Amino acid sequence: MYNFEFSKPGTIDEAVAALGADEAQALGGGQTLLPTMKQRLAAPEVLVSLTGIDQMKGICLSDAGEVCIGGATTHATVAAEAAAHYPALAALAGRIGDPAVRNRGTIGGSLANNDPSACYPAAALGSGATIITNTREIAADDYFQGMFATALDEGEIITEVRFPVPEAANYQKFVQPASRFALVGVFVAKYADGVRVAVTGASSDGVFRWTEAEEVLNGSFTKDAIDALSPPSGDMIADLHGSAEYRAHLVKVMTGRAVAAAS
Amino acid sequence: MPKDHGIGASSKRREDLRFLTGRGRYTDDINLMGQAYVHFLRSDMAHGKINGIDTSEAEKMPGVIRIFTGKDFEGVGGLPCGWQVTDRHGNPMQEPPHPILAQGKVRHVGDPICAVVAESAAQARSAAEAIMLDIEELPAVIDMKAAVQDGAPKVHDELDSNLCYDWGFVEENKDAVNKAFEEAAHVTTLELVNQRLAPNAMEPRVAVGDYAPGTDESTLYTTSQNPHVIRLLMGAFVLGIPEHKLRVVAPDVGGGFGSKIFHYAEEAFCTFAAKAIQRPVKWTASRSEAFISDAQGRDHVTKIELALDADNNFTALRTETYANMGAYLSTFAPSVPTWLHGTLMAGNYKTPLIYVNVKAVFTNTVPVDAYRGAGRPEATFQLERVIDKAARELGVDPVELRRQNFVTEFPYATPVAVEYDTGDYHATMDKLLEMIDRDGFEARAAESKARGKLRGLGINSYIEACGIAPSALVGQLGARAGLYESATVRVNATGGLVVMTGSHSHGQGHETSFAQVVADMIGIDEGMVEIVHGDTANTPMGMGTYGSRSLAVGGSAMVRATEKIIAKAKKIAAHLMEAAEGDIELKDGEFTVAGTDKSVAWGDVTLAAYVPHNYPLEELEPGLEETAFYDPNNFTYPAGAYACEVEVDPDTGKVEILSFAAADDFGNIVNPMIVDGQVHGGLAQGIGQALLENCAYDEDGQLLSASYMDYAMPRADDVPFYAVDHSCQTPCTHNPLGVKGCGEAGAIGSPPAVVNAVVDALHRGGHSHVMHIDMPLTPHRVWQAMHQA
Repeated sequence: MYNFEFSKPGTIDEAVAALGADEAQALGGGQTLLPTMKQRLAAPEVLVSLTGIDQMKGICLSDAGEVCIGGATTHATVAAEAAAHYPALAALAGRIGDPAVRNRGTIGGSLANNDPSACYPAAALGSGATIITNTREIAADDYFQGMFATALDEGEIITEVRFPVPEAANYQKFVQPASRFALVGVFVAKYADGVRVAVTGASSDGVFRWTEAEEVLNGSFTKDAIDALSPPSGDMIADLHGSAEYRAHLVKVMTGRAVAAAS
Repeated sequence: MPKDHGIGASSKRREDLRFLTGRGRYTDDINLMGQAYVHFLRSDMAHGKINGIDTSEAEKMPGVIRIFTGKDFEGVGGLPCGWQVTDRHGNPMQEPPHPILAQGKVRHVGDPICAVVAESAAQARSAAEAIMLDIEELPAVIDMKAAVQDGAPKVHDELDSNLCYDWGFVEENKDAVNKAFEEAAHVTTLELVNQRLAPNAMEPRVAVGDYAPGTDESTLYTTSQNPHVIRLLMGAFVLGIPEHKLRVVAPDVGGGFGSKIFHYAEEAFCTFAAKAIQRPVKWTASRSEAFISDAQGRDHVTKIELALDADNNFTALRTETYANMGAYLSTFAPSVPTWLHGTLMAGNYKTPLIYVNVKAVFTNTVPVDAYRGAGRPEATFQLERVIDKAARELGVDPVELRRQNFVTEFPYATPVAVEYDTGDYHATMDKLLEMIDRDGFEARAAESKARGKLRGLGINSYIEACGIAPSALVGQLGARAGLYESATVRVNATGGLVVMTGSHSHGQGHETSFAQVVADMIGIDEGMVEIVHGDTANTPMGMGTYGSRSLAVGGSAMVRATEKIIAKAKKIAAHLMEAAEGDIELKDGEFTVAGTDKSVAWGDVTLAAYVPHNYPLEELEPGLEETAFYDPNNFTYPAGAYACEVEVDPDTGKVEILSFAAADDFGNIVNPMIVDGQVHGGLAQGIGQALLENCAYDEDGQLLSASYMDYAMPRADDVPFYAVDHSCQTPCTHNPLGVKGCGEAGAIGSPPAVVNAVVDALHRGGHSHVMHIDMPLTPHRVWQAMHQA
């Protein structure tokens, strides 16, 4: 790790100001950034911790019935406190990493990083969530822009994420054996206006919606409806842990299982 | 009823108090006054020619004390190889130099090029980044078969080729073996890979070098399984320091699994640099460094053929193996695919004719050496897989095919140069079948099928050779070291004992089990016996701990020394009681005169030895301290039978291990709880190899699995609760304790059981084309195997 300055503001405004410095970098729970810095693959000059901002922590229900999660809320808190409102989301949070990761890592940090194998992007895209920042609101469909790429501008902070609560939902994660990130993870959510299927881990474009599956599930929300589909085409990741063909196959299997578990 | 003390008791591990409460003292806990830190700048390419190294900017960086390069080591010895293998034509293996820091070329990712010594570890690392390297990348050779083709790039330009040796064993049997194959009623052939593994001890390697100018003495604190071996190799062959001026200390060590046997460049560097800068020099490996600098394990590619007669008797076995040495010869690397592998190819079976061919190959990869089991897992895996395949081809029960061919009469001289002293392979197989309810398997398989899962059962035997080794024999086979062990037993005046052993404990629990043995022999409380190990300054020259040898060889030395103590103590007791020495008996810590009510306590005798007021000084020296060296006259041969039951998810290829049973014959047992633990750990590593672990290189020699993000270690939920039994006991016939060793068995016997079970499951699920899947059996590989045409 290189030397760096550290600031821990207490408000969003202070954080935005601190992030205006040269080579400043926001720090959530540090579960990706700190290992990267230890390996000297990142060298920010200023780290601006967001974990001291109380207004970015916690979970509540909006008047519209959406689950609202502060950007600096840990996975462990979501797993515990979202369970009553949105069980599939809480279950997803409860299976990210290990207890140490879940007690440090934050939803805002995960979504800002947009790791192609992370779980939260699938929940956000699969739920049609809204990403709220210090300057604007971004629909999940517009937010994810490929592997590690998002709509966030330099210095923009995710302050909150709003999840509309579906009629039924489930997340199926098939883990990569070493990292236990998602080799393929599929989040299926059934809303009054349609079914959303979001896939993480599989594509070199990052999280994506499997629209063919959504179409057939809109007709019949059953596992059998999936069985008739071909696996998704597209730019699947191929690596030590699975070929592109295998990942595409797993997308179909995991989608079917998510539907079966949700219906 | 289980014993509550002494030999046979499950005494709690006394060392766990300090380990579990954070009070262990590991090498990294050692910090010396004025210590500097070294960071090694390592090659990021697999093969390259060093055209220039510019350290001028780096030397100006804050905290830098000195930067060393290969030039500083010109004229200094390289790392020696401790075993010379002779090839099938009678020629010695090709043995390239192994410099401390790269000389002219880099030969694998991780090869150390420069060493930056600075006031802090972070400063050393920062300065290393400022070194300007001019290295011309050369084509790398990674695949072993490609490496031995004509025209392949050479890892070592001065060698004829990348072939280290082409070994035939037993070369004289070759024609007879080939003839037996021509006459066979059935031949089963299997090609397989025993993949490369990273040892992954929990504690990464650490070295602290120290030099005392006043006395010209060097001290190395290091994470070693055998400090005396490091002292000899580094002192005599690398740095030219005589043993009396060099002390090597291996304090608490957090696991080794073989990887801490070897003498490494970093150890020699820290010792050398401490003298050069006249300050202690410390190096602590990161986990990332461990992946590219610790010697790795396995990495064999094998074709095995089994010949059977019309009655399914094994008539001959023939193998051809390519064994990866990596870029340099690690300390004992050449012995692993040869004498620790070829000699075990008979397994538990009376196959009369065996021929083993091994081609050891240099590649641009991290060096490979002994890893838990070392050669024996590779032998067992091939053999037990090919037998399973033969049973499938012949349509016979795999257990019965094994039983029919078991060795049943002992001693048994195998056609591969070793003699099994004792064993009972039917007994462990009987015990295993009793443990697993084989008859109930079909019902369990039907239940799995109803849930859409495929259940399979894999069963196999194993044998290993432990307690290495008779020095005269291994000397003939090319070892450049003896393999005896030593112990000094020092009795204190008030009766407590200190045993200084040449064995080294790095997870095995010697401090507990060794004390049990000595306490049992004298009949005193275990708490009166302390075990000291790991420091060349206060232990006799010993060869250390590996190859499941500590109790069989080190324990035997301790027994011999304790026998000497008892013999002398009886003389003293005889004097004190004015009785004949021959009438003295020792029981429960008390000396008695047979047929009388006279007695003296252990403590009275030990006190008399050190306060010799009433003592036969004209016949007997005062004091009570004895040393023994023990050189075994054979290997020991632990053996057993293992069973694994799995469920495969046909949709994803994921394998779940439902149960695993191990019936082992380790001979006599000193501490059953510790033996259980050793087997559990071995099984976890064997299951790790079978399902998860893989050191994978790309074609350019970059390690793809260079962190835990990609190298899959077994975790608690990857393994089942084990059923472990060691009640079948045929005591070793040639060591005083009748013990065989238990440290490696689990890792040796389990991989074929897992793979046999998965192949069985796939056959039961209709995938009858799948005859083998190479490890690790990841979901992806199993799924691919199911969907191959």
